[in-house]
Amino acid sequence: MGSVEITALTRQFAREDGGTVLALDTVSLSIADDEFISFVGPSGCGKTTLLRIIAGLDQATSGSVLVDGNPILGPGPRVGMVFQEYSLFPWRSVLDNVAFGLEMKGVGKSERHEIAHTFISLVGLEQFEKSYPYELSGGMRQRVAIARALANDPDLLLMDEPFGALDAQTRNKMQAELLSIWDRSKKTILFVTHSVDEAVFLSDRIVVMSPRPGRVRSVVPVTIPRPRDRTAPAFATLRRDVLGLIDESAKQAND
Amino acid sequence: MSTIKTAEKRSPVYLVASITAAILVWQILADYVVRNAFILPSFTDACTALLALHGTGAIWVDVWTSLMHFAIGLLLALLIGVPLGICMGWFDRVNRFLDPLIEIVRPIPPLAWIPFAIVWFGLTDFSAGVVIFIGSVFPILINTYEGFRNVPRVFVEAGRMLGCRNSLSLIRYIAFPAALPHLAAGFRIASGVAWMCLVAAEMFGVSRFGLGQKIWWFYNLHQMDNVLVYMLLLGFIGLFIDYLFRYGIERSLLRWRIGEVN
Repeated sequence: MGSVEITALTRQFAREDGGTVLALDTVSLSIADDEFISFVGPSGCGKTTLLRIIAGLDQATSGSVLVDGNPILGPGPRVGMVFQEYSLFPWRSVLDNVAFGLEMKGVGKSERHEIAHTFISLVGLEQFEKSYPYELSGGMRQRVAIARALANDPDLLLMDEPFGALDAQTRNKMQAELLSIWDRSKKTILFVTHSVDEAVFLSDRIVVMSPRPGRVRSVVPVTIPRPRDRTAPAFATLRRDVLGLIDESAKQAND
Repeated sequence: MSTIKTAEKRSPVYLVASITAAILVWQILADYVVRNAFILPSFTDACTALLALHGTGAIWVDVWTSLMHFAIGLLLALLIGVPLGICMGWFDRVNRFLDPLIEIVRPIPPLAWIPFAIVWFGLTDFSAGVVIFIGSVFPILINTYEGFRNVPRVFVEAGRMLGCRNSLSLIRYIAFPAALPHLAAGFRIASGVAWMCLVAAEMFGVSRFGLGQKIWWFYNLHQMDNVLVYMLLLGFIGLFIDYLFRYGIERSLLRWRIGEVN
Protein backbone atom coordinates (compact mmCIF):
# COMPACT_ATOMS: atom_id res chain seq x y z
CA MET A 1 0.00 0.00 0.00
CA GLY A 2 1.08 3.57 -0.61
CA SER A 3 1.77 3.72 -4.34
CA VAL A 4 1.51 7.17 -5.89
CA GLU A 5 0.72 7.99 -9.50
CA ILE A 6 1.29 11.62 -10.47
CA THR A 7 0.13 12.50 -13.99
CA ALA A 8 0.73 15.80 -15.79
CA LEU A 9 0.37 17.79 -12.58
CA THR A 10 0.31 21.55 -13.05
CA ARG A 11 -0.14 24.24 -10.43
CA GLN A 12 -0.51 27.92 -11.21
CA PHE A 13 -0.56 30.62 -8.56
CA ALA A 14 -2.18 33.99 -9.10
CA ARG A 15 0.15 36.91 -8.43
CA GLU A 16 -0.81 40.17 -6.76
CA ASP A 17 -0.35 42.10 -10.02
CA GLY A 18 -2.81 39.85 -11.83
CA GLY A 19 -0.24 37.64 -13.52
CA THR A 20 0.37 33.98 -12.80
CA VAL A 21 3.32 31.93 -11.62
CA LEU A 22 3.76 28.39 -12.83
CA ALA A 23 4.89 26.52 -9.71
CA LEU A 24 4.58 23.03 -11.20
CA ASP A 25 4.57 22.26 -14.89
CA THR A 26 3.21 18.87 -16.09
CA VAL A 27 4.96 16.82 -13.43
CA SER A 28 4.55 13.08 -13.90
CA LEU A 29 5.96 10.45 -11.60
CA SER A 30 5.27 6.87 -10.60
CA ILE A 31 6.08 5.78 -7.07
CA ALA A 32 5.86 2.17 -5.95
CA ASP A 33 4.69 0.75 -2.61
CA ASP A 34 7.11 1.18 0.28
CA GLU A 35 9.51 3.24 -1.77
CA PHE A 36 11.62 6.00 -0.21
CA ILE A 37 11.71 8.96 -2.59
CA SER A 38 13.53 12.27 -2.03
CA PHE A 39 12.83 15.50 -3.83
CA VAL A 40 15.74 17.90 -4.22
CA GLY A 41 16.17 21.09 -6.18
CA PRO A 42 16.84 24.80 -5.82
CA SER A 43 14.32 26.91 -3.92
CA GLY A 44 11.28 27.75 -5.98
CA CYS A 45 11.24 24.43 -7.79
CA GLY A 46 7.86 23.49 -6.36
CA LYS A 47 8.94 20.60 -4.12
CA THR A 48 6.81 21.77 -1.23
CA THR A 49 3.86 22.61 -3.50
CA LEU A 50 4.00 19.10 -4.93
CA LEU A 51 4.00 17.61 -1.45
CA ARG A 52 1.10 19.80 -0.35
CA ILE A 53 -0.97 18.73 -3.34
CA ILE A 54 -0.31 15.05 -2.59
CA ALA A 55 -1.28 15.78 1.03
CA GLY A 56 -4.55 17.32 -0.12
CA LEU A 57 -3.71 20.69 1.47
CA ASP A 58 -3.47 22.36 -1.93
CA GLN A 59 -5.24 21.72 -5.24
CA ALA A 60 -3.66 21.20 -8.63
CA THR A 61 -4.67 23.45 -11.50
CA SER A 62 -4.69 20.40 -13.77
CA GLY A 63 -3.46 16.83 -13.77
CA SER A 64 -4.06 14.18 -11.17
CA VAL A 65 -2.60 12.44 -8.15
CA LEU A 66 -3.72 8.91 -7.34
CA VAL A 67 -2.76 7.21 -4.08
CA ASP A 68 -3.34 3.46 -4.41
CA GLY A 69 -5.54 4.27 -7.38
CA ASN A 70 -7.77 6.75 -5.55
CA PRO A 71 -7.77 10.47 -6.34
CA ILE A 72 -6.80 12.87 -3.54
CA LEU A 73 -9.80 15.01 -2.63
CA GLY A 74 -8.47 16.49 0.61
CA PRO A 75 -6.43 15.51 3.66
CA GLY A 76 -7.17 11.92 4.61
CA PRO A 77 -6.03 9.44 7.23
CA ARG A 78 -4.10 7.34 4.71
CA VAL A 79 -1.63 10.13 4.10
CA GLY A 80 0.50 11.48 6.97
CA MET A 81 2.60 14.61 7.00
CA VAL A 82 5.61 15.86 8.96
CA PHE A 83 6.04 19.59 8.56
CA GLN A 84 9.17 21.65 8.21
CA GLU A 85 8.33 23.97 11.08
CA TYR A 86 7.47 22.72 14.55
CA SER A 87 3.88 21.61 14.29
CA LEU A 88 3.32 19.92 17.64
CA PHE A 89 0.35 21.30 19.53
CA PRO A 90 1.99 23.15 22.43
CA TRP A 91 -1.09 22.74 24.64
CA ARG A 92 -0.92 18.95 24.51
CA SER A 93 1.58 16.66 26.17
CA VAL A 94 3.75 14.42 23.99
CA LEU A 95 1.38 11.53 24.65
CA ASP A 96 -1.72 13.52 23.70
CA ASN A 97 0.00 14.94 20.62
CA VAL A 98 0.80 11.48 19.35
CA ALA A 99 -2.68 10.23 20.25
CA PHE A 100 -4.39 13.15 18.49
CA GLY A 101 -5.13 11.42 15.19
CA LEU A 102 -6.57 8.41 17.00
CA GLU A 103 -8.68 10.71 19.16
CA MET A 104 -10.12 12.24 15.99
CA LYS A 105 -10.91 8.73 14.75
CA GLY A 106 -12.87 8.11 17.96
CA VAL A 107 -10.49 5.56 19.49
CA GLY A 108 -11.05 5.24 23.25
CA LYS A 109 -8.67 6.87 25.70
CA SER A 110 -6.84 3.84 27.08
CA GLU A 111 -6.48 2.24 23.67
CA ARG A 112 -5.19 5.36 21.97
CA HIS A 113 -2.73 6.01 24.77
CA GLU A 114 -1.47 2.48 24.42
CA ILE A 115 -0.95 2.89 20.68
CA ALA A 116 0.64 6.31 21.18
CA HIS A 117 2.95 4.78 23.74
CA THR A 118 4.18 2.24 21.21
CA PHE A 119 5.07 4.93 18.70
CA ILE A 120 6.71 7.13 21.32
CA SER A 121 8.89 4.15 22.20
CA LEU A 122 9.63 3.69 18.51
CA VAL A 123 11.21 7.15 18.41
CA GLY A 124 12.87 6.58 21.78
CA LEU A 125 11.08 9.17 23.91
CA GLU A 126 9.30 7.02 26.52
CA GLN A 127 10.52 9.13 29.42
CA PHE A 128 9.09 12.30 27.84
CA GLU A 129 5.49 11.16 27.42
CA LYS A 130 4.18 13.60 29.99
CA SER A 131 6.32 16.51 28.79
CA TYR A 132 5.04 19.47 26.85
CA PRO A 133 6.62 20.44 23.52
CA TYR A 134 8.40 23.47 25.01
CA GLU A 135 10.35 21.13 27.22
CA LEU A 136 11.81 19.26 24.24
CA SER A 137 14.76 20.04 21.98
CA GLY A 138 14.27 20.58 18.25
CA GLY A 139 15.27 17.04 17.35
CA MET A 140 12.97 15.57 19.98
CA ARG A 141 10.06 17.66 18.72
CA GLN A 142 10.52 16.36 15.20
CA ARG A 143 10.72 12.81 16.51
CA VAL A 144 7.39 13.34 18.26
CA ALA A 145 5.98 14.79 15.03
CA ILE A 146 7.07 11.64 13.20
CA ALA A 147 5.53 9.45 15.91
CA ARG A 148 2.32 11.49 15.66
CA ALA A 149 2.12 10.97 11.90
CA LEU A 150 2.92 7.26 12.21
CA ALA A 151 0.38 6.62 14.98
CA ASN A 152 -2.35 7.31 12.44
CA ASP A 153 -0.96 4.39 10.43
CA PRO A 154 -0.81 6.12 7.04
CA ASP A 155 0.19 4.19 3.91
CA LEU A 156 2.03 7.22 2.64
CA LEU A 157 4.20 9.52 4.75
CA LEU A 158 5.08 12.98 3.44
CA MET A 159 8.00 14.80 5.00
CA ASP A 160 8.70 18.43 4.16
CA GLU A 161 12.29 19.21 5.18
CA PRO A 162 11.63 17.73 8.60
CA PHE A 163 15.26 17.98 9.71
CA GLY A 164 15.95 21.38 8.15
CA ALA A 165 16.10 23.18 11.49
CA LEU A 166 18.38 20.67 13.20
CA ASP A 167 22.13 20.80 13.70
CA ALA A 168 24.27 18.48 11.57
CA GLN A 169 24.87 15.86 14.24
CA THR A 170 21.27 15.56 15.33
CA ARG A 171 20.32 15.50 11.70
CA ASN A 172 22.52 12.50 10.92
CA LYS A 173 21.16 10.67 13.92
CA MET A 174 17.58 11.42 12.89
CA GLN A 175 18.23 10.15 9.37
CA ALA A 176 19.49 6.82 10.67
CA GLU A 177 16.51 6.62 12.99
CA LEU A 178 14.07 7.41 10.21
CA LEU A 179 15.50 4.60 8.11
CA SER A 180 15.12 2.13 10.94
CA ILE A 181 11.53 3.27 11.50
CA TRP A 182 10.81 2.96 7.79
CA ASP A 183 12.34 -0.50 7.85
CA ARG A 184 10.06 -1.62 10.65
CA SER A 185 6.82 0.08 9.66
CA LYS A 186 7.09 -0.24 5.85
CA LYS A 187 5.47 2.76 4.26
CA THR A 188 5.98 4.85 1.19
CA ILE A 189 7.92 7.97 2.18
CA LEU A 190 8.17 11.13 0.10
CA PHE A 191 10.88 13.32 1.54
CA VAL A 192 11.58 16.92 0.53
CA THR A 193 15.03 18.22 1.38
CA HIS A 194 17.60 20.84 0.51
CA SER A 195 20.43 18.52 1.40
CA VAL A 196 21.75 16.25 -1.34
CA ASP A 197 23.73 14.38 1.27
CA GLU A 198 20.53 13.60 3.12
CA ALA A 199 18.79 12.51 -0.08
CA VAL A 200 21.61 10.15 -1.06
CA PHE A 201 21.78 8.69 2.44
CA LEU A 202 18.06 7.99 2.68
CA SER A 203 16.45 7.34 -0.68
CA ASP A 204 15.70 4.58 -3.12
CA ARG A 205 15.35 7.23 -5.81
CA ILE A 206 16.09 10.95 -5.90
CA VAL A 207 13.84 13.25 -7.91
CA VAL A 208 15.81 16.30 -9.04
CA MET A 209 13.57 19.24 -9.84
CA SER A 210 14.24 22.44 -11.75
CA PRO A 211 12.77 25.82 -10.86
CA ARG A 212 10.41 28.29 -12.57
CA PRO A 213 8.48 26.43 -13.76
CA GLY A 214 8.90 23.44 -11.44
CA ARG A 215 9.63 20.35 -13.51
CA VAL A 216 11.11 16.93 -12.92
CA ARG A 217 14.60 17.24 -14.32
CA SER A 218 15.70 13.68 -13.70
CA VAL A 219 15.11 10.74 -11.44
CA VAL A 220 18.27 9.22 -10.01
CA PRO A 221 18.13 5.70 -8.57
CA VAL A 222 20.36 5.07 -5.54
CA THR A 223 21.67 1.53 -5.64
CA ILE A 224 24.20 1.79 -2.82
CA PRO A 225 23.23 -0.89 -0.26
CA ARG A 226 22.12 0.25 3.19
CA PRO A 227 23.47 1.08 5.74
CA ARG A 228 25.21 3.67 3.60
CA ASP A 229 28.60 5.10 4.39
CA ARG A 230 28.79 8.82 3.70
CA THR A 231 32.54 8.64 3.17
CA ALA A 232 32.45 5.82 0.61
CA PRO A 233 33.55 6.74 -2.94
CA ALA A 234 30.24 5.58 -4.47
CA PHE A 235 28.37 7.89 -2.08
CA ALA A 236 30.58 10.86 -2.96
CA THR A 237 30.27 10.22 -6.69
CA LEU A 238 26.51 10.09 -6.56
CA ARG A 239 26.35 13.19 -4.41
CA ARG A 240 28.49 15.04 -6.93
CA ASP A 241 26.30 13.89 -9.82
CA VAL A 242 23.10 15.04 -8.13
CA LEU A 243 24.64 18.37 -7.16
CA GLY A 244 25.71 18.81 -10.77
CA LEU A 245 22.16 18.24 -11.95
CA ILE A 246 20.82 20.81 -9.49
CA ASP A 247 23.44 23.39 -10.48
CA GLU A 248 22.68 22.97 -14.17
CA SER A 249 18.96 23.37 -13.68
CA ALA A 250 19.50 26.43 -11.47
CA LYS A 251 21.71 27.98 -14.14
CA GLN A 252 19.16 27.31 -16.84
CA ALA A 253 16.50 28.97 -14.77
CA ASN A 254 18.65 32.06 -14.24
CA ASP A 255 19.54 32.52 -17.93
CA MET B 1 10.48 29.51 34.19
CA SER B 2 13.26 30.30 36.60
CA THR B 3 12.38 34.00 36.59
CA ILE B 4 8.88 33.24 37.81
CA LYS B 5 10.14 31.07 40.61
CA THR B 6 12.56 33.66 41.90
CA ALA B 7 9.77 36.23 41.81
CA GLU B 8 7.60 33.94 43.94
CA LYS B 9 10.23 33.35 46.54
CA ARG B 10 11.12 37.03 46.83
CA SER B 11 10.98 38.04 50.45
CA PRO B 12 7.97 40.16 51.47
CA VAL B 13 10.13 42.74 53.24
CA TYR B 14 9.63 45.41 50.59
CA LEU B 15 5.92 44.77 50.39
CA VAL B 16 5.45 45.17 54.14
CA ALA B 17 7.78 48.19 54.27
CA SER B 18 6.05 50.07 51.46
CA ILE B 19 2.58 49.55 52.88
CA THR B 20 3.64 50.45 56.40
CA ALA B 21 5.31 53.61 55.16
CA ALA B 22 2.23 54.61 53.16
CA ILE B 23 -0.03 54.14 56.19
CA LEU B 24 2.32 56.14 58.43
CA VAL B 25 2.53 59.05 55.97
CA TRP B 26 -1.24 58.99 55.55
CA GLN B 27 -1.86 59.01 59.31
CA ILE B 28 0.60 61.83 59.94
CA LEU B 29 -0.77 63.84 57.03
CA ALA B 30 -4.34 63.48 58.29
CA ASP B 31 -3.65 64.08 61.99
CA TYR B 32 -1.04 66.85 61.87
CA VAL B 33 -1.24 68.55 58.47
CA VAL B 34 -4.81 68.44 57.20
CA ARG B 35 -6.47 68.05 60.60
CA ASN B 36 -9.91 67.77 59.06
CA ALA B 37 -11.53 64.33 58.93
CA PHE B 38 -14.00 65.52 56.30
CA ILE B 39 -11.27 66.36 53.79
CA LEU B 40 -8.91 63.54 54.70
CA PRO B 41 -10.01 60.85 57.15
CA SER B 42 -7.00 59.19 58.77
CA PHE B 43 -6.11 55.52 58.65
CA THR B 44 -7.52 54.96 62.13
CA ASP B 45 -10.71 56.83 61.14
CA ALA B 46 -11.08 54.42 58.23
CA CYS B 47 -10.52 51.41 60.51
CA THR B 48 -13.14 52.61 62.99
CA ALA B 49 -15.59 53.24 60.16
CA LEU B 50 -14.96 49.78 58.75
CA LEU B 51 -15.66 48.14 62.11
CA ALA B 52 -18.89 50.11 62.49
CA LEU B 53 -20.03 49.23 58.97
CA HIS B 54 -19.14 45.60 59.54
CA GLY B 55 -21.21 45.69 62.74
CA THR B 56 -24.40 46.63 60.89
CA GLY B 57 -23.72 43.99 58.24
CA ALA B 58 -24.76 46.40 55.48
CA ILE B 59 -21.31 46.38 53.97
CA TRP B 60 -21.52 42.69 53.09
CA VAL B 61 -24.87 43.16 51.35
CA ASP B 62 -23.16 45.79 49.20
CA VAL B 63 -20.19 43.54 48.45
CA TRP B 64 -22.51 40.71 47.53
CA THR B 65 -24.67 42.91 45.31
CA SER B 66 -21.68 44.36 43.50
CA LEU B 67 -20.18 40.93 42.92
CA MET B 68 -23.51 39.84 41.49
CA HIS B 69 -23.59 42.79 39.07
CA PHE B 70 -20.03 42.00 38.13
CA ALA B 71 -20.83 38.35 37.51
CA ILE B 72 -23.95 39.09 35.44
CA GLY B 73 -22.02 41.53 33.25
CA LEU B 74 -18.96 39.37 32.72
CA LEU B 75 -20.98 36.22 32.14
CA LEU B 76 -23.08 37.96 29.50
CA ALA B 77 -19.92 39.32 27.92
CA LEU B 78 -18.39 35.84 27.78
CA LEU B 79 -21.55 34.22 26.44
CA ILE B 80 -21.81 36.74 23.62
CA GLY B 81 -18.23 37.91 23.09
CA VAL B 82 -16.51 34.53 22.83
CA PRO B 83 -18.81 32.87 20.22
CA LEU B 84 -18.96 36.09 18.21
CA GLY B 85 -15.18 36.49 18.34
CA ILE B 86 -14.74 32.87 17.24
CA CYS B 87 -17.07 33.30 14.26
CA MET B 88 -15.39 36.55 13.25
CA GLY B 89 -11.92 35.11 13.60
CA TRP B 90 -12.70 31.91 11.71
CA PHE B 91 -15.13 33.00 9.01
CA ASP B 92 -13.93 36.03 7.08
CA ARG B 93 -17.42 36.87 5.77
CA VAL B 94 -18.80 37.12 9.30
CA ASN B 95 -15.92 39.41 10.16
CA ARG B 96 -16.48 41.67 7.16
CA PHE B 97 -20.18 41.88 7.95
CA LEU B 98 -19.89 42.58 11.69
CA ASP B 99 -16.68 44.57 11.87
CA PRO B 100 -18.15 47.92 10.72
CA LEU B 101 -20.99 47.66 13.22
CA ILE B 102 -18.64 46.83 16.05
CA GLU B 103 -16.27 49.64 15.14
CA ILE B 104 -19.18 52.10 15.30
CA VAL B 105 -20.62 50.88 18.60
CA ARG B 106 -17.32 50.27 20.37
CA PRO B 107 -16.18 53.91 20.81
CA ILE B 108 -19.39 54.76 22.70
CA PRO B 109 -18.26 54.80 26.34
CA PRO B 110 -20.14 52.11 28.29
CA LEU B 111 -21.41 54.69 30.77
CA ALA B 112 -23.28 56.47 27.98
CA TRP B 113 -25.52 53.41 27.88
CA ILE B 114 -26.75 53.91 31.43
CA PRO B 115 -29.91 55.86 30.50
CA PHE B 116 -30.99 53.21 28.03
CA ALA B 117 -30.07 50.42 30.44
CA ILE B 118 -32.45 52.04 32.95
CA VAL B 119 -35.19 52.64 30.37
CA TRP B 120 -34.99 49.09 29.04
CA PHE B 121 -34.44 47.10 32.21
CA GLY B 122 -35.48 49.44 35.02
CA LEU B 123 -33.60 50.02 38.25
CA THR B 124 -32.57 46.39 38.52
CA ASP B 125 -29.49 44.31 39.09
CA PHE B 126 -29.74 43.19 35.49
CA SER B 127 -29.61 46.79 34.35
CA ALA B 128 -26.31 47.28 36.18
CA GLY B 129 -25.12 44.02 34.65
CA VAL B 130 -25.93 45.32 31.17
CA VAL B 131 -23.73 48.39 31.61
CA ILE B 132 -20.89 46.17 32.81
CA PHE B 133 -21.54 43.84 29.90
CA ILE B 134 -21.12 46.67 27.41
CA GLY B 135 -17.82 47.64 28.99
CA SER B 136 -16.40 44.14 29.05
CA VAL B 137 -17.75 42.51 25.90
CA PHE B 138 -15.41 44.36 23.53
CA PRO B 139 -12.11 43.35 25.09
CA ILE B 140 -13.35 39.76 25.17
CA LEU B 141 -14.64 39.89 21.60
CA ILE B 142 -11.56 41.52 20.15
CA ASN B 143 -9.09 39.29 21.96
CA THR B 144 -10.98 36.18 20.94
CA TYR B 145 -10.96 37.40 17.37
CA GLU B 146 -7.24 38.19 17.51
CA GLY B 147 -6.52 34.81 19.05
CA PHE B 148 -8.33 32.99 16.28
CA ARG B 149 -6.72 35.13 13.60
CA ASN B 150 -3.27 34.31 14.92
CA VAL B 151 -3.57 30.54 15.09
CA PRO B 152 -0.45 29.35 13.23
CA ARG B 153 -1.41 27.86 9.89
CA VAL B 154 0.75 24.82 10.50
CA PHE B 155 -1.41 23.82 13.50
CA VAL B 156 -4.54 23.97 11.37
CA GLU B 157 -2.91 21.98 8.59
CA ALA B 158 -1.52 19.42 11.03
CA GLY B 159 -5.04 19.10 12.45
CA ARG B 160 -6.47 18.53 9.01
CA MET B 161 -3.82 15.92 8.19
CA LEU B 162 -4.58 14.14 11.44
CA GLY B 163 -8.31 13.88 10.91
CA CYS B 164 -10.11 17.13 11.74
CA ARG B 165 -12.77 16.99 9.06
CA ASN B 166 -14.64 20.28 9.43
CA SER B 167 -14.53 23.78 10.90
CA LEU B 168 -16.22 22.61 14.08
CA SER B 169 -13.57 20.07 14.97
CA LEU B 170 -10.76 22.40 13.86
CA ILE B 171 -12.15 25.15 16.09
CA ARG B 172 -12.67 22.84 19.03
CA TYR B 173 -9.42 20.88 18.92
CA ILE B 174 -6.97 23.29 17.30
CA ALA B 175 -8.00 26.94 17.15
CA PHE B 176 -9.64 27.23 20.56
CA PRO B 177 -6.77 25.81 22.60
CA ALA B 178 -4.27 27.73 20.47
CA ALA B 179 -6.20 30.97 21.07
CA LEU B 180 -6.70 30.38 24.78
CA PRO B 181 -3.85 32.68 25.91
CA HIS B 182 -5.47 35.50 23.95
CA LEU B 183 -8.84 34.70 25.45
CA ALA B 184 -7.38 34.74 28.94
CA ALA B 185 -5.74 38.12 28.31
CA GLY B 186 -9.04 39.49 27.01
CA PHE B 187 -10.91 38.20 30.02
CA ARG B 188 -8.45 39.83 32.36
CA ILE B 189 -8.72 43.20 30.64
CA ALA B 190 -12.50 42.82 30.59
CA SER B 191 -12.67 42.14 34.30
CA GLY B 192 -10.75 45.36 34.97
CA VAL B 193 -13.07 47.39 32.77
CA ALA B 194 -16.09 45.67 34.32
CA TRP B 195 -14.99 46.69 37.79
CA MET B 196 -14.78 50.34 36.69
CA CYS B 197 -18.16 50.30 34.96
CA LEU B 198 -19.67 48.74 38.05
CA VAL B 199 -18.95 51.75 40.24
CA ALA B 200 -20.34 54.21 37.73
CA ALA B 201 -23.44 52.14 36.99
CA GLU B 202 -24.21 51.81 40.68
CA MET B 203 -23.56 55.51 41.35
CA PHE B 204 -26.17 56.43 38.83
CA GLY B 205 -28.72 54.67 40.94
CA VAL B 206 -29.17 51.65 38.73
CA SER B 207 -29.26 49.59 41.90
CA ARG B 208 -30.31 50.10 45.54
CA PHE B 209 -27.22 48.40 46.92
CA GLY B 210 -23.63 48.03 45.87
CA LEU B 211 -20.20 49.43 46.56
CA GLY B 212 -20.52 52.22 44.01
CA GLN B 213 -24.01 53.12 45.13
CA LYS B 214 -22.84 53.42 48.74
CA ILE B 215 -19.92 55.65 47.86
CA TRP B 216 -22.34 58.23 46.45
CA TRP B 217 -24.78 57.68 49.29
CA PHE B 218 -22.18 58.36 51.98
CA TYR B 219 -20.85 61.31 50.03
CA ASN B 220 -24.33 62.84 50.18
CA LEU B 221 -24.31 62.22 53.93
CA HIS B 222 -20.85 63.81 54.11
CA GLN B 223 -19.46 60.69 55.77
CA MET B 224 -16.15 60.71 54.03
CA ASP B 225 -14.63 58.07 56.29
CA ASN B 226 -17.23 55.63 55.01
CA VAL B 227 -16.60 56.74 51.42
CA LEU B 228 -12.94 55.93 51.96
CA VAL B 229 -13.73 52.50 53.38
CA TYR B 230 -15.75 51.65 50.28
CA MET B 231 -13.03 52.96 48.00
CA LEU B 232 -10.44 50.77 49.67
CA LEU B 233 -12.81 47.83 49.55
CA LEU B 234 -13.25 48.32 45.81
CA GLY B 235 -9.51 48.36 45.37
CA PHE B 236 -8.90 45.27 47.41
CA ILE B 237 -11.68 43.22 45.87
CA GLY B 238 -10.50 44.25 42.40
CA LEU B 239 -6.98 43.21 43.30
CA PHE B 240 -8.22 39.94 44.73
CA ILE B 241 -10.25 39.11 41.61
CA ASP B 242 -7.27 39.80 39.38
CA TYR B 243 -5.04 37.71 41.63
CA LEU B 244 -7.51 34.82 41.67
CA PHE B 245 -7.70 34.94 37.94
CA ARG B 246 -3.98 35.12 37.32
CA TYR B 247 -3.02 32.36 39.62
CA GLY B 248 -6.08 30.20 39.06
CA ILE B 249 -6.46 30.17 35.32
CA GLU B 250 -3.05 30.98 33.97
CA ARG B 251 -1.38 28.47 36.22
CA SER B 252 -3.58 25.50 35.52
CA LEU B 253 -5.10 26.09 32.10
CA LEU B 254 -2.08 27.62 30.45
CA ARG B 255 0.74 25.63 31.93
CA TRP B 256 2.14 25.04 28.46
CA ARG B 257 2.08 28.72 27.65
CA ILE B 258 4.19 29.77 30.60
CA GLY B 259 6.93 27.57 29.25
CA GLU B 260 6.49 28.95 25.75
CA VAL B 261 6.87 32.52 26.87
CA ASN B 262 9.90 32.10 29.09
